[in-house]
Amino acid sequence: MVTRAKSKEPIIKVRGLTAGFGDKIILKDLDLDVMPGEVLGVVGASGTGKSVLLRSIIGLVPHAKGKIEVFGIDMDDPKQNIRNEVERRWGILFQHGALFSSLTVKENVQVPMREYFPHMEEDLLDELARLKISLAGLPDDACDKFPSELSGGMIKRAGIARALALDPEILFLDEPTSGLDPISAGEFDALIRNLQQTLGLTVFMVTHDLDSLATICDAIAVVGDKHVLVRGTLSDMLAFDHPWVKAYFGGPRARGIETQPRKQDKAG
Amino acid sequence: MTAFDLDLNNGQATLKLAGRLDMDAAESLDKELDALPEQLAGKKSVIFDFSKVDRLEPNCAFLLLESAKKLREQKVDVKFADLTPDQETLLKSLGGKDLPPPSPPPEKTFSLVGGARKVGETAIDIWHDALEIISFFGDVAISFAHIFRSPEKIRVLSTVTQIDRAGLNAVPIICLMSFLIGGIIAQQGAFQLRKFGADLYVVNMVGILVLRELGVLLAAIMFAGRSGSAYTAEIGSMKMREEIDAMRVIGLDPVEVLAVPRLVALVIALPLVTILSNLSALAGGMLVCWAYVGIPPDVFITYIETTKDITSHMFIGLVKAPFMAIIIGVIACVEGLRVGGSTESLGRQTTTSVVKSIFMVIVIDGIFATIFTALDL
Repeated sequence: MVTRAKSKEPIIKVRGLTAGFGDKIILKDLDLDVMPGEVLGVVGASGTGKSVLLRSIIGLVPHAKGKIEVFGIDMDDPKQNIRNEVERRWGILFQHGALFSSLTVKENVQVPMREYFPHMEEDLLDELARLKISLAGLPDDACDKFPSELSGGMIKRAGIARALALDPEILFLDEPTSGLDPISAGEFDALIRNLQQTLGLTVFMVTHDLDSLATICDAIAVVGDKHVLVRGTLSDMLAFDHPWVKAYFGGPRARGIETQPRKQDKAG
Repeated sequence: MTAFDLDLNNGQATLKLAGRLDMDAAESLDKELDALPEQLAGKKSVIFDFSKVDRLEPNCAFLLLESAKKLREQKVDVKFADLTPDQETLLKSLGGKDLPPPSPPPEKTFSLVGGARKVGETAIDIWHDALEIISFFGDVAISFAHIFRSPEKIRVLSTVTQIDRAGLNAVPIICLMSFLIGGIIAQQGAFQLRKFGADLYVVNMVGILVLRELGVLLAAIMFAGRSGSAYTAEIGSMKMREEIDAMRVIGLDPVEVLAVPRLVALVIALPLVTILSNLSALAGGMLVCWAYVGIPPDVFITYIETTKDITSHMFIGLVKAPFMAIIIGVIACVEGLRVGGSTESLGRQTTTSVVKSIFMVIVIDGIFATIFTALDL
């Protein structure tokens, strides 16, 4: 998607989203736009509904009220084939990888391809899967390994490879750097940035990692009090007056993010 | 659908790509690119023209790059023309990629040597299995020794819960099953014995068969299916989530915490449930005898009571129960602890656990049959 639309129309548009479990409302009247080609980092205290937001957008959590549009298509549209069309154009990396444990990494990457292109030749499937695995930065011998034989970082990379299988336009990442050491997390951030730039992706990332926010996110949205408190750049966050936002971006763990130079768009 | 036109006019081959080069186009593009070297027929250069491309996705970009690489190896000059900056970035980033080598072809699935090897491997597996189960028996024995030395270590609550789950909750289904089987045996027995005018002996037959073999077998098989599979799945998923490792690190012995209460529960519950299973099978037999042969219940009971050695038959049945309980519990725990990282192994181990325990229950029954015959009981 290298011919990325430069229009101002948001690629994901959430309006008045209310979602929760049973009587417990987690998100209420939430509005959020994601613009094409941006890396949006969604932050918030644990339990504020970041993951519920992500899961509502991708349709895993039903929402009580509100409208979610992806690529300008209303996701409440009942027609399954329209939903499938949209699902083909996004890729999702779950927090723990969610690789199918009985399949090898390569077979995992091929699952979406086989589902949508059942008649594709084995050679082509194999070649494309290997391309994705190498794009995700996995070592050569990872292709035929099972998920249980991979380290945490490699599982995330394999998850990315699977998410990229169908050349998605949007990549959803649920806490991509959680559980990784700072160096691996940094490398993973660089990978995401690099993929986003070369493949022209839009990235929707739920994260806790201040370094990720500082280095790869174009925009940050803070979820709190059941809606989006603020959406903007890192400097907007630092200027925003809300106790949680102040504590998060001004806390001891955030020291240094201001002085850190933001990796500029010249990777790849 | 063709993804491109090949223009061979003016002495210059131009590959005019058009439209959306996305995943939908990948298959046909791949096929057409495979045929490209032939179509070029000796031309020394080709231009890939991107001017009409609306959209270029990584998969197709990669296929074009691969094709260009192959052509260059055949000394054909390939140029990419009219690229947008974004397309250029994409091609550049993909161009430098070295793919991991293809996986080695899978081993031949059928061959004589392979078959023989499989037999050998299975034999070794069975041997290891046996060793593992014996070693687990040892672990359990050690845990019991610990518990005897310090009886406060016995996990009463956990044991009682397990008795409730494995024993009490299994009562209705086991009773129903035994009731039906008892009835069926009585009906078939009466029908066959009637040919010899020996209908009345159906009572003795049902009594001996049920008390000595069937009651305990039915209960044990149901235990293996119900509790054995549950134990394997529980312990297996605990193993998968590293809970077992956590226990070890904290200083808890998984055998003592998980296996002993379950084993004790099975050993207590199975004989008790066997008694109920016996009673319901007899009740089933009694009902059928009443309806089918015309033996009233009080006569049925008197006949049962006066059957020769009926109490020893009953005890032989009951004596087997704790041994069957132990083997069911041990196999379930061993298989549970064998679960590896994948969900598939959880399913496999659970199946293995049930199959093995049922098999072992029958083997034990056979062993007891020989022993008791030798002892003339």
